[in-house]
Amino acid sequence: MSVATDQPLLAVDDLRVTFPTRTGEVEAVRGVSFTLGRERLGIVGESGSGKSQTGRAIMGLTPSQARITAKTLAFRGRNLLEMPASERRHLRGKQVAMILQDPKYSLNPVMTIGRQIIETLKTHEKVSNAEAKARTLAMLEAVQIRDPERVFSLYPHEVSGGMGQRVMIAMMLICGPELLIADEPTSALDVTVQLEVLAILDKLVAERGMGLIFISHDLRLVSSFCNRVLVMYAGRVVEELATADLSQAQHPYTRGLLNCLPTIGSDRHPLPVLDRKPEWAL
Amino acid sequence: MSQAISPAASSGGPVAVSIRDMTVIYDEFAALDHVSLAVTQGESFGIVGESGSGKSTLLRAIAGLARFSQGELTVDGRSYSGSRRDQEFYRTVQMVFQDPYGSLHPRQTVDRLLLEPLVIHGFTDIETRINRALDEVGLGAGFRFRYSHQLSGGQRQRIAIARALILEPKILLLDEPTSALDASIQAEILNLLEQARRDRNLTFVMVSHDLGVISHMCERLAVMKNGKVVETVARDALESRSFSADYTRQLLVASEGFRRD
Repeated sequence: MSVATDQPLLAVDDLRVTFPTRTGEVEAVRGVSFTLGRERLGIVGESGSGKSQTGRAIMGLTPSQARITAKTLAFRGRNLLEMPASERRHLRGKQVAMILQDPKYSLNPVMTIGRQIIETLKTHEKVSNAEAKARTLAMLEAVQIRDPERVFSLYPHEVSGGMGQRVMIAMMLICGPELLIADEPTSALDVTVQLEVLAILDKLVAERGMGLIFISHDLRLVSSFCNRVLVMYAGRVVEELATADLSQAQHPYTRGLLNCLPTIGSDRHPLPVLDRKPEWAL
Repeated sequence: MSQAISPAASSGGPVAVSIRDMTVIYDEFAALDHVSLAVTQGESFGIVGESGSGKSTLLRAIAGLARFSQGELTVDGRSYSGSRRDQEFYRTVQMVFQDPYGSLHPRQTVDRLLLEPLVIHGFTDIETRINRALDEVGLGAGFRFRYSHQLSGGQRQRIAIARALILEPKILLLDEPTSALDASIQAEILNLLEQARRDRNLTFVMVSHDLGVISHMCERLAVMKNGKVVETVARDALESRSFSADYTRQLLVASEGFRRD
């Protein structure tokens, strides 16, 4: 664990993810490069832009038929691509964790919430049953679940979407990861609940000093949450911006994304739409 | 449009949809609890609320997909009850659903999807109508013999809109028509809907959880919570923040995005 402090948490250089299909190979991610320290990085793009596949490749959740290549894909200086599967498994959940979009589909439906969280903890740490339970309850409390004892013994279908997402955050953070990848963590939630969940995530990321990769299609949301944004289009990063400079975005795609949302008080009929240029995808 | 509009009262003109005291009960749970509202002809009326507020149930009760046990429903001058609707109703009212992946038959081509409503309602000039419907939603005849899995989400939603418009209805019920789509595609679909409304003088009843979308598309809106209408406000009132319900304020704050305090 003795790593030089100037080493980035995550270094990605020329990451490519290729899927074989009947009609030839499809490159979902085409040469993505970035480094991440203990900061918040947003990845924005539309469906099919490769944002989720980038997150999944870092996490090691790419489907087995796909091919991943990169000049560098390193977590704290350790090459993720050459790491044996067992070591990768050890890393996943313990040091790198991922929050998925919809708690309805990503929690185990036949296991109580408490047991699932304890399972995560016990996979990575040697702890007694009593301690595991105590830590789970404390974690549920940290994600602002009012009655942790009760929620501990519930099944996922018995809780609301917002509560389910908090459970997922609790499960991902219980081992104290250094890097958290959040893939559309609030897209499946109601608008009013979204803010609560984001506030909880915001606080925990700040308190624990994690690195965060926040993947979303919502440029405004990402810009209010992150320090830096990568805008992806057709598998490539077309623009990298500090969120403070968002209004000075240069790429027409980024500007189009900023413009096309209907907002209260702006009377624009028809809404500006993206005029997709083939050269953006080159 | 700037004058204060009392709840359930329309802004003048003939009424397209009128609902009084509508109640929908699922196993003793009141999904809709004595809801009243009126939508004028040619108006675009929005309904906002979070999941479970009853906003989709309201649309489904109008369309006859949910049975209402109490109250009155008048559409285009005709009264309906329960969940029975006649053919005339579906000539007048069509619906576009939220999920473009779930609302098109996976084993039917676009041609077949558009053909069915025409056959049911006894249209004869089928060829021209199908081609015109596809042109109108900006897809063109090249899409006619594709299956829905060969289309993107935005293209599917265009087909769903074409299917709804092909019968030349007067009223369109829109249940979150863009919430499953990317922001850039959402703008295209909203523009398409506005264009169709202008061209055909349609009445819209549109449900969404996104206040931005509703305020863009609708002149008036009802805010729903727990099966009840909390308040009905004009779009201008939303901009000037001259509404009374605390819940409307919460929704408005939520729609402005995350802020660190």
